[in-house]
Amino acid sequence: MNPIPPWELKRELLVKDEEETLQEYGCPPEDYALTKRIKFGIINMDKPPGPTSHEVVAWVKKLLALDKAGHGGTLEFHEEIPR
Amino acid sequence: MTGVLPIALEEATKVVQALLLTGKEYVCIMRTHREQPEESIREALNLFEGVIWQRPPLRSSVARNLRKRTIYRSEYIEGNGKDFLFKTACEAGTYIRKLCYDIGEVLGCGAHMRELRRIRSGPFTEERLFTMLELVNAIDLWKVNQDESDLKRAIQPMETALGYVPKIYIRDSAVDALCHGAVLTVPGILRLDSDIERGTTVAVMTQKGEAVTISRTLLSCKEILAAEHGLAAKTLRVLMPRGTYPKNW
Repeated sequence: MNPIPPWELKRELLVKDEEETLQEYGCPPEDYALTKRIKFGIINMDKPPGPTSHEVVAWVKKLLALDKAGHGGTLEFHEEIPR
Repeated sequence: MTGVLPIALEEATKVVQALLLTGKEYVCIMRTHREQPEESIREALNLFEGVIWQRPPLRSSVARNLRKRTIYRSEYIEGNGKDFLFKTACEAGTYIRKLCYDIGEVLGCGAHMRELRRIRSGPFTEERLFTMLELVNAIDLWKVNQDESDLKRAIQPMETALGYVPKIYIRDSAVDALCHGAVLTVPGILRLDSDIERGTTVAVMTQKGEAVTISRTLLSCKEILAAEHGLAAKTLRVLMPRGTYPKNW
């Protein structure tokens, strides 16, 4: 039996205790303002075939004038076969 | 190589490690160096399901030590005798180029990867993908017309990346202490996922669904439910800025 991919795992949220949340603090992520998203957000980019993953990240960084950006795993061609 | 490339902005770079725990999915075209029947390819793909050993390719960004990776599933789609299209779901750090090469070795004919597209990285799929052009347009719309609607849609909250990471939801009163680096204790916990063991990497969340920390559990789900006090999870990374919630300690 092969292991199950994380996105197909069945898990259950179990309750230990209940409590109301304070409305005057925090904010549900779907309501984050644009400025907050630029600092605490993720863009699901469709990487085109030309540039490397690093180049795409550098380009997004420049476009949005960011100090820091990173990606979740290289999708490289150059990395393994130079051209 | 194209497809799903989640780019974390600024503080969101801290969630990338956790995102990587939740797997990837690719579609790949492999070319065999001699004609092969469909059945052989299906068999070879099955052979490489489960835990496999891989040595990273010569030109790669990591040390070339033999390492263990899990291929959850590979699915044959179609082929014409030499080019074969398949889908594979695997753990982060699995080299599909290497998988193609190794399949070629098993078949005895040699094979290489022709094309690769990532169709999933954890919760990110092709559903809400933005192209570079769409992003430029969204930024223009915002800068020129002060219309932020498209850019807001392009930039998803970092919490999205934690979609398949096991979670612990805590009391508002426990939040700020964690932001200052404190260890999460049992009384602070309200709800938690059933698959949490000791040593599981979890996302600690507010009741509103905001990420507070990435932590490693010191107790299992069962132990947490049964306990009244004690240390529950050690903070690995603080995600939320201090002072977002009131200081209660």
